[in-house]
Amino acid sequence: MTGRAKTVGQVIAVAAVVGLLALLVWKLAFGNGSGAAGKLAKGEHPTAPAFTLERLDAPGTKLALADLKGKPVVVNFWASWCIPCKDEAPALQKSYEKYRSQGLVVLGVDAQDFRGDAKRFARRFGVTYPLVYDGHGSTLGKWGVTGFPETFFVDRSGHLVGERIQGGIDTERNKAAFAEGLQRVLASAQ
Amino acid sequence: MIRLLAALLAVLVLAVPATAGPPRQADLEAEIVCPTCHTTLDQSNSPIAMRMKAFIRVRIAAGDTAAQIKAKLVDQFGPAVLAEPPKHGFDLLAWLLPLAALALGAVAVGGLAWTWSRRRDDETGTGEGVELDPDLEQRVDEELARYEG
Repeated sequence: MTGRAKTVGQVIAVAAVVGLLALLVWKLAFGNGSGAAGKLAKGEHPTAPAFTLERLDAPGTKLALADLKGKPVVVNFWASWCIPCKDEAPALQKSYEKYRSQGLVVLGVDAQDFRGDAKRFARRFGVTYPLVYDGHGSTLGKWGVTGFPETFFVDRSGHLVGERIQGGIDTERNKAAFAEGLQRVLASAQ
Repeated sequence: MIRLLAALLAVLVLAVPATAGPPRQADLEAEIVCPTCHTTLDQSNSPIAMRMKAFIRVRIAAGDTAAQIKAKLVDQFGPAVLAEPPKHGFDLLAWLLPLAALALGAVAVGGLAWTWSRRRDDETGTGEGVELDPDLEQRVDEELARYEG
């Protein structure tokens, strides 16, 4: 190998290593590893990540989160196989019925689940709020969902407010945060 | 010849049930990934993995083929549910890239080995055409003469 070819080879190798290091630094500095939930935890109020998903409660139709702009929305990620989701379902339904007249929309996002199981779940717990299906789990990363159930509050302007609630909304540790989140979205301006 | 044909026929007849039989639960559990824990179903006891195992059991009993069962699971959970990526479209890259990297590596290693072996030959060559320092040559001659004498 000539001296020049050797130098070129070394330059390429060093450039590859520097490039990989730069990618790592960029990912650490600007990467959205924990999604919208991560920004919310830092005190920011990011725009709720958009999605358009098929409806479970109205087969053949789709629902986009953007369609609900102007309304206070509670977004609840759940799955039929998740035990705390069963526990909190009556409380979510009750909140929907109580604040529906004030424009509140509770939107259930059923993820990583069988459609049939989700529909049975809705029937069993008398869920009447809109349900969408995300079997692939494509929304989870953008929202920063790490388990089920998780609940977010989207104000009338489409921004996330309040706390991200991990676990059932009916549990003692989450009851206050849920009530506060509800009040914040209901009081929000467009 | 007739015996040979009969033996061939017997092999084919025996082979057909093995290839056209119902899919095996264990095989499918090793080929499907649990969407929440990202291991194959046979390695997981998570609630969704248990539910998927039950689904596979029901579909096998209903007479579905392995391909049909996988297609139904992909429809519900997406292509990431397959332990092996499909061999078509963009997913084909997952199969081709490692092979391409292997071939590229082999070419690079071969090229380097060839270059190094050539350089080594040059360095440890026979010495023909290499001129020695006259003083050193004279000393070598004297030493040899003394040794031989």
